[in-house]
Amino acid sequence: MTDITPQNLAGVAAPAAEPVARRVALKRVLGPAHVWGLGVGIVLVGEFMGWNFAVGKGGAIAALTACWLAGILYTCVAMIDSEITSTVAAAGGQYAQAKHIIGPLAAFNVGLYLVMAYTMLEVSNAIVTGDLIEAFTHNMGLVGEVDKRAFMVLTIVFLAWLNYRGVLATLTLNLVITAIAFAAIVTLFLYVRPWAPGETLKHGDLLTGLPYGGLGILAAMHFGLWFYLGIEGTTQAAEEVRSPARALPLGTLTGVMTLLIAATITWYVGTGLMPWEYLGQAVTPLYDAARLTGSAPLEVFLFFGTLFATIASANGCINDASRAWFAMGRDRYMPVWFGAVHPRYHTPFRSIVFFVPIAILFAVSTPLDQTITLSILSGLLGYTLMALSVVIFRRKWPLGTIDRGYVHPLHPLPAILLLALCAVTYVAVFLGYGSQLLAMMAFFIVASLWFALHRYKYVRRGDQFTMRWPKPNGY
Amino acid sequence: MSRPPYEPPAQSLTGQIVDALLVLAMVVVTLYLPLLLKLSGAGVTKAVQAAPTWESLGQNAVMAAQWEKLGFDPAKAAEIIGSRFDYSFSWGALALTALVIVGYFVVMLRWSDREYRDVIAERFGDDRPPRRR
Repeated sequence: MTDITPQNLAGVAAPAAEPVARRVALKRVLGPAHVWGLGVGIVLVGEFMGWNFAVGKGGAIAALTACWLAGILYTCVAMIDSEITSTVAAAGGQYAQAKHIIGPLAAFNVGLYLVMAYTMLEVSNAIVTGDLIEAFTHNMGLVGEVDKRAFMVLTIVFLAWLNYRGVLATLTLNLVITAIAFAAIVTLFLYVRPWAPGETLKHGDLLTGLPYGGLGILAAMHFGLWFYLGIEGTTQAAEEVRSPARALPLGTLTGVMTLLIAATITWYVGTGLMPWEYLGQAVTPLYDAARLTGSAPLEVFLFFGTLFATIASANGCINDASRAWFAMGRDRYMPVWFGAVHPRYHTPFRSIVFFVPIAILFAVSTPLDQTITLSILSGLLGYTLMALSVVIFRRKWPLGTIDRGYVHPLHPLPAILLLALCAVTYVAVFLGYGSQLLAMMAFFIVASLWFALHRYKYVRRGDQFTMRWPKPNGY
Repeated sequence: MSRPPYEPPAQSLTGQIVDALLVLAMVVVTLYLPLLLKLSGAGVTKAVQAAPTWESLGQNAVMAAQWEKLGFDPAKAAEIIGSRFDYSFSWGALALTALVIVGYFVVMLRWSDREYRDVIAERFGDDRPPRRR
């Protein structure tokens, strides 16, 4: 175990509060490439499935608009997140940031957003893995029936075990399989010869305008987030990164750039091969796109690409959700039993195991679009708070009062833009999924009441602030 | 002047188990049960055709060819093509949803700030005027 007394957290030299007691911590073994792998690994699966539900909500053109609007939203997220994370570098990412910048109840909610967003993303990945294997065995003409639920359960349990055993092996595996999955997208793109429109890609015959009119563009923003959702997961590894101030902004921003390119390619290939009605409900759209080319080797490659992307994503999700839960347990926001580190593997093993039954329950009995929506909503609530958080952060500690690893430009424009795009996305989710939006809000309201009226009494007050910063303005 | 640190009560193992189970119950009751009972989820309308053809489904020759490569005939594809999101809504429902979201954030930020003042007071010392403590 490593000591993480405050001076080790961010190297900030400002006069500050007394150091807190020594605490158990995770190993610092990760570099910028691991951060990129963690971020893109979680998100790349969004190119293989889920994004196409945006086509279902508004048509192909609306989905492209949503793809780029969501790209702007996530550029704001990456800019804001890089500044805050490179300054508040501790396990739990946005959770630890909210704790230092906004306050305990907000931090509790952020912790839950992270856990729910990543757990539902993990569930979605398991669903796709099961469906993909079932479809592949059917298309290959293999004899016998495949129960996809068995593969869903196997995916969740195997990856939980891998995470239990150690973070370095887990994220190194992510790096390798993420690279293979990305190569599958690029290969598909080259194979369909985008420089020869009409030959394989038939946009002229398949693009149909806006089937839901202008409202469809707004509605498509709901699943447009799926192209990028989870890139902010890079911050969950803050306590395990060797140089947070360098690696986190570098890994996160290169991750967003990678995803912008991949999202555009994905949309172009998908909409040039499939009628929008089919594409809008497909579980494995890029695998289907490969089938439509008629190339068996490409179909096999995209099968493995999709499989690897879902596994990499689920792997990263377990890593992130368990670290947020671990951090909450360590701070007593959740029972302290969850705040334990494995004596041999140095992983938050109890937090990893706790979510296995929940993930299995949702995976085997819930439709994909609904688990994706739960994940998107949790992320969306987090982005809304992130926009408010950076404004509060700059007000409490203006530039020059503390060391920042990275200062994002044009403040407060990214925060205002992010808040506006979040508002648009709430309306987008309301269109078609309004009752699910209210169910999600009910969950967070009930959980907040439980925390404020019961759980917070177990939390040490002063120990929640661990950064070596001066007292915030206004307090 | 530093405020004496708040000493939280120790939580028994039973209490920890109950709290963990409560969190699980919150997830199941508010998120899983509504989906299981189909109280939440996608709002869609379905148009049914008795004997659909690619033309009657609004599919041109290229679209029809792609559907067929994917293993669909007009009868199988009709269910997918006829399914559309229902975007009709009441302004009252939209206003209520907006109120819930805005209210949630406002109350959370105000409550958090109250808790945060205690954290800062204990960590750095409390030099606020007495009437504000």
